Amino acid sequence: MDALRVSVWRGKESGEFRTYEVPQFASQTVLDVVTYIQRNLEPTLSYRFACRVGMCGSCAMTVNGKARWTCRTHAAKVAAGNALEIAPLNHLPVIKDLVTDMTRFFDKWAQAQGQFRGERTRKDDFARVKPDSAQRQQADAGIECIGCGVCYSACDVVAWNPDYLGPAALNRAWTLLTDVRDIARVERLAAVAGDAGCHACHTHMSCTELCPKHIAPTASIAGLKRAVTGAVLKGEL
Amino acid sequence: MLWIAQRASAAVLALCVIVHLITIIYAVRNGLSAAGILERTRGNYGWFVFYAVFVAAIAVHAPIGLRNILSEMLGWRGAALNLLVLVLAIALALSGWRAAFAVFT
Repeated sequence: MDALRVSVWRGKESGEFRTYEVPQFASQTVLDVVTYIQRNLEPTLSYRFACRVGMCGSCAMTVNGKARWTCRTHAAKVAAGNALEIAPLNHLPVIKDLVTDMTRFFDKWAQAQGQFRGERTRKDDFARVKPDSAQRQQADAGIECIGCGVCYSACDVVAWNPDYLGPAALNRAWTLLTDVRDIARVERLAAVAGDAGCHACHTHMSCTELCPKHIAPTASIAGLKRAVTGAVLKGEL
Repeated sequence: MLWIAQRASAAVLALCVIVHLITIIYAVRNGLSAAGILERTRGNYGWFVFYAVFVAAIAVHAPIGLRNILSEMLGWRGAALNLLVLVLAIALALSGWRAAFAVFT
């Protein structure tokens, strides 16, 4: 196998791509490629990872123009010939090389009222939620988000409107809205309505196409639009 | 609210545009003159109400859409933008209703 020619972003907001030759291996992931460069060719290269098995959501990067979770992306499947271009995630400030500042991304989860608010205390019995109930299944469809930021990086609306809450935060709000134990329904709907909320989504579906967990944030956002409309018509908002 | 107004006006527009297109095709294919058209619209409350509703839907729909486009493409937000699209909405409504009224009387 020919060596991979890997262009990697070096620098902060301003910087340049530098090219490295990396030997190919069977089942090599993009994260393996970055790790090879850091351990053998460029010790000062900064990147972020933790679990390496697609659970922690920390290793997302832009690979040949598309946001990917690099630990579960085979290099051979996304390389153009033997070329790979690896850049930090879009729409987030670059701290150094492939590391972005995720503060804004997670602050928007809080803005979208992404915290569960129940009414039971530890003295109460467990809530019994039927797994096959329609509402629970709606919540389950979006609950496996690992917070990797791939959807946020892929979203055009985030580029056009930096205040837009983004697919992940809105998906989180939807999973709480459909959680029968949660009591903050109206506050959450108020938080996700408006110019920076669910109504800004243009249904381009880049988030749904690229979500590594195969979640459909577009469907969650559509659910929020319906819920906000219903609440407005009922005079709750 | 703006989102709901835009969706609702879009639903009205979809119907109005179809009726309007059929009307245009009918007028052209039957070789109606301006006088012939005016003869049919003058004093006709049906056409007047239809076009008054059509204009109202346009005056609601277009400024909201333009507000989104200006906001996303030019990064323009705030009170000045809202004022501009409000003026546009009023201008569209007044000029449209004036035209509908002109062919009614």
